[in-house]
Amino acid sequence: MLEQAFQAKIDRDEKIEPKDWMPDDYRKHLIRQMSQHAHSEVIGMQPEGNWITRAPSLRSKVVLLAKIQDEAGHGLYLYSAAETLGISRDELLDALHEGRAKYSSIFNYPSLTWSDIGAIGWLVDGAAIVNQVSLQRTSFGPYSRAMIRICKEESFHQRQGYEIMADMALGSPEQKAMAQDSLNRWWWPSLMMFGPHDSDSPNSGNASKWKIKRESNDELRQKFIDKTIQQAEVIGLTVPDPDLKWNEERGHYDFGEIDWEEFYQVVKGNGPCNKQRLVHHKKAHDEGAWVREAAQAYAQKQREKLQVA
Amino acid sequence: MSDNQLPLWEVFVQSKPGLPHKHSGSVHAADAEMALQNARDLYTRRNEGTSIWVVPANEIVASNPDDAESFFDPSNDKIYRHPTFYEMPEGAKHI
Repeated sequence: MLEQAFQAKIDRDEKIEPKDWMPDDYRKHLIRQMSQHAHSEVIGMQPEGNWITRAPSLRSKVVLLAKIQDEAGHGLYLYSAAETLGISRDELLDALHEGRAKYSSIFNYPSLTWSDIGAIGWLVDGAAIVNQVSLQRTSFGPYSRAMIRICKEESFHQRQGYEIMADMALGSPEQKAMAQDSLNRWWWPSLMMFGPHDSDSPNSGNASKWKIKRESNDELRQKFIDKTIQQAEVIGLTVPDPDLKWNEERGHYDFGEIDWEEFYQVVKGNGPCNKQRLVHHKKAHDEGAWVREAAQAYAQKQREKLQVA
Repeated sequence: MSDNQLPLWEVFVQSKPGLPHKHSGSVHAADAEMALQNARDLYTRRNEGTSIWVVPANEIVASNPDDAESFFDPSNDKIYRHPTFYEMPEGAKHI
């Protein structure tokens, strides 16, 4: 009965709000997906933070700082939205630190060169945008509103990255080679960001019935490929896929097989930077504990002063 | 022991003078001043605001969606509260 009314509401494309009745599995699915999304934004600050002190100009440094601050902001929008489901920030962070919650595997790859910062903005944020544009129509109100906000800010990120790639690709032969090398290393992991093929995707069953997910992994991946190839051509770079070919009949690009073994290895924790990312997050969190304690002690003192006066 | 993430505050932002404050999301903060500063840093990084309200999340009282039907029922049958209920004589202008 309750479940029917819930499904009817979703079928009418009405949003579900935090205090509305919802099936336990809907709540669980959202907490899993939204916290994973939030953790990804926050962990994603690390590969980019790696280049703040080495940004090649003051302009690029200021921009990179603003971008990383946005990533923190996006993480916080999403934590805030997830907390409306009745889970606390502490629990969300504990789950990350204990490895029960995941974040996007893409951030377990290292940012080795400045053009990697370009590739991250162009490809990683580009792939994220395709996913997030679709999620603006997700059925849970707070998640949808957070996505709308994030999408508005995210296109700055992608343009920032593409500008770096374009500058490098149109620069000296060494710079162009560096840009091509970044594209070679980030292309396939970016395609993996959309997750397994629809036929192997364990989490999508109810997610589409409940309209948490509005488009499938493969549909989103195809969209990303279709719009990115032209951008690579404009700056004279080549996508590292010998099987890539425009398919007139489908109206889409055909592309080669993704190395799923690599994908599952990185998900399982065996990527190049998995350990480093988590250790760093825990360390930053623990080292900030005294700040939170001090702020609270100060607030408590101020309240006591007010009571005396 | 679980680490303390500080109390939760709901944030309302006025985007332009004269417009109502709209709910934006929430922040964690030890006190009102910190909540305002965090809300500014989080929700108005691109000139989205001219004014911010922060309210301790546990002080907000909300109607219950399960009771929405009966709760809002009293206004359902009072269509005479709408201007379209009234019949105007033909030819009358500016009304």
